[in-house]
Amino acid sequence: MESLRVINLGVEAGGRRILENVNLYIKEGQTFVLFGPNGSGKSSLLSAVIGNPHYRVVQGRITFKGEDITGLETDERVRKGIGIAFQNPPKIGGIKLIDLLRKCAKVAGLSEEEAEKKIEESAKFMGMEDMLDRAVNDGFSGGEVKKSELLQLMILNPEFIMLDEPDSGVDLENIATVGRAIKKLLERDRSEEERKKSGLIITHTGHILEYVDADYGVVLFNGRISCIGDPYQILEHISRYGYEACIRKCVEEKSR
Amino acid sequence: MKKTAGKDEFDADPEISSIAERAKNVGIEFDSSRRAASFLQVDQEPRAYGWSEGIEVMSIREAMDRYDWVRDYMWKIVCRDKDEYTKAIAEDFNGYFIRALPRCKVDVPVEACLYLKRVKTQKVYNLVIAEEGSELNVISGCTSHPSSAGMHLGVSEFFVKKGAKLTFTMIHNWQPDVEVRPRSGAVVEENGVLVSNYVLLSPVKYVESCPVAYLKKGAKASFTSLVVAHSGSTIELGNRAILGEKSSADIISRAICRGGRVVSKGYIRGEGKGCRGHLECRGLMLSDEGSILAIPELEAMNPEVDLSHEAAVGRIAEDEIFYLMARGLTRDEATSAIIRGFLDVEIKGLPEFLKREIDRAVEMASEDLM
Repeated sequence: MESLRVINLGVEAGGRRILENVNLYIKEGQTFVLFGPNGSGKSSLLSAVIGNPHYRVVQGRITFKGEDITGLETDERVRKGIGIAFQNPPKIGGIKLIDLLRKCAKVAGLSEEEAEKKIEESAKFMGMEDMLDRAVNDGFSGGEVKKSELLQLMILNPEFIMLDEPDSGVDLENIATVGRAIKKLLERDRSEEERKKSGLIITHTGHILEYVDADYGVVLFNGRISCIGDPYQILEHISRYGYEACIRKCVEEKSR
Repeated sequence: MKKTAGKDEFDADPEISSIAERAKNVGIEFDSSRRAASFLQVDQEPRAYGWSEGIEVMSIREAMDRYDWVRDYMWKIVCRDKDEYTKAIAEDFNGYFIRALPRCKVDVPVEACLYLKRVKTQKVYNLVIAEEGSELNVISGCTSHPSSAGMHLGVSEFFVKKGAKLTFTMIHNWQPDVEVRPRSGAVVEENGVLVSNYVLLSPVKYVESCPVAYLKKGAKASFTSLVVAHSGSTIELGNRAILGEKSSADIISRAICRGGRVVSKGYIRGEGKGCRGHLECRGLMLSDEGSILAIPELEAMNPEVDLSHEAAVGRIAEDEIFYLMARGLTRDEATSAIIRGFLDVEIKGLPEFLKREIDRAVEMASEDLM
């Protein structure tokens, strides 16, 4: 069954074209990794999928489970089962993490009792019990921000999950926790047949791939998808020869 | 004028049930099981009820009759001739007298409700004394009859004696045609603590208030105000703190503009050595109309003071709304949650039930503010 489809997508932001003819087809149970140099449009693609109003879709469309969601508000997309962990979320003064988690639980359709139980369990899993009464992202360290994002997703329990650099700025102690959480969120701890969750992960370093396996790797370059293939091979190419060489090789292989 | 009546008379008072609905919005419950004492003044007509050991609640007129020394306190901080309003009050007033006896600690609050019903001008003089080593919580709710128009003039003087703690929370809920001009002052003696909170979230024509507090050696005070200026409202609000040796004060204000005008003033003067003061003023503009003017002032009278301020005025950040929408909240829910968060100030030393009263007022308002 199909999860997310991006069809001929063109996106503008701040009067500039930043994505061109982007196509993606992610099926239920699949996890994709999105590679690309800085400014290649990775975060923009995630922003367009979640419906950030700064990113205007000027061409093509986005469908989720067969339904066109291109014109929907962000919250409507989320309630249909799309979730995102931001790279640099804003600080929300005055709203405690626990209160936001309760709101997430409500969106996820949990009863109050179920919510409290799940929040407690998940906070423990993430080692975030002491952070619950703090204002969201207020004075959080890099690792705490990433863990808080994942914790919110654990409560929301989306079917399709986008993670924007979940491994950047996370120290060694926390990376294992982050990895475990993503593995669980994307059901990578289950057999292929059992997996329902799908996802799209942006990673710069590929660090996270040591903890979570993925089915496909995609390289974005200058706002276009330049390469699709085995994520581990792509990562190896990029780290060995750089993006441009990786893309050249991709193109050569395609034309062969 | 009858003397302070007890619990039974209180429970049976018919006037109370007639205004209970309006009073609820300003934290006044008229529930004898949850209050230490209750005072109600409708226009100029006071009635006082008390049932807690160690706390005296009566009308100021009765207190003046009963105790010679009451006059020694009156008009000592707020000058009788300060302006036309104080002069008008000095000529004709009634109000409450609340006193915690030495070392008496009562954590359930005393409530005082000032209700403007028929008169053009309600004139109130209030005196609150927390004697040495006592702890006193007061909720003062001021409200007016639906469709009433008029003026509420009030002078309040607070005396916090050595080592005493007074928590005073004032919740206002007026009508759009009411003018309010309170004049208040406090003296906090050695190692005393004053926690003063002011909440005004409903429409009003005009509020002008700038209470002053004099802090003696080692005294602490915190002032927190939460106000919303609706279209047609002008709110000029400030706090002044005069710091003695090793005393400290925090003045925190949160103002929301919905088309009205807010002037938020704060002034801290460091007189004594080793004193500390901080001003924090934040404003949220929810409308293209109206304005918020923040005027923080600090004055150091010697080198050994630590005074600071921060002020910020702006609108709700769009990225915060988007972030909450990405967690499934609608735009309205996200906006409301952010406004609610803006008004959610951690007030140090505030008892839990007073926090609940403030939360309740804020909750009701942030739904309306959408």
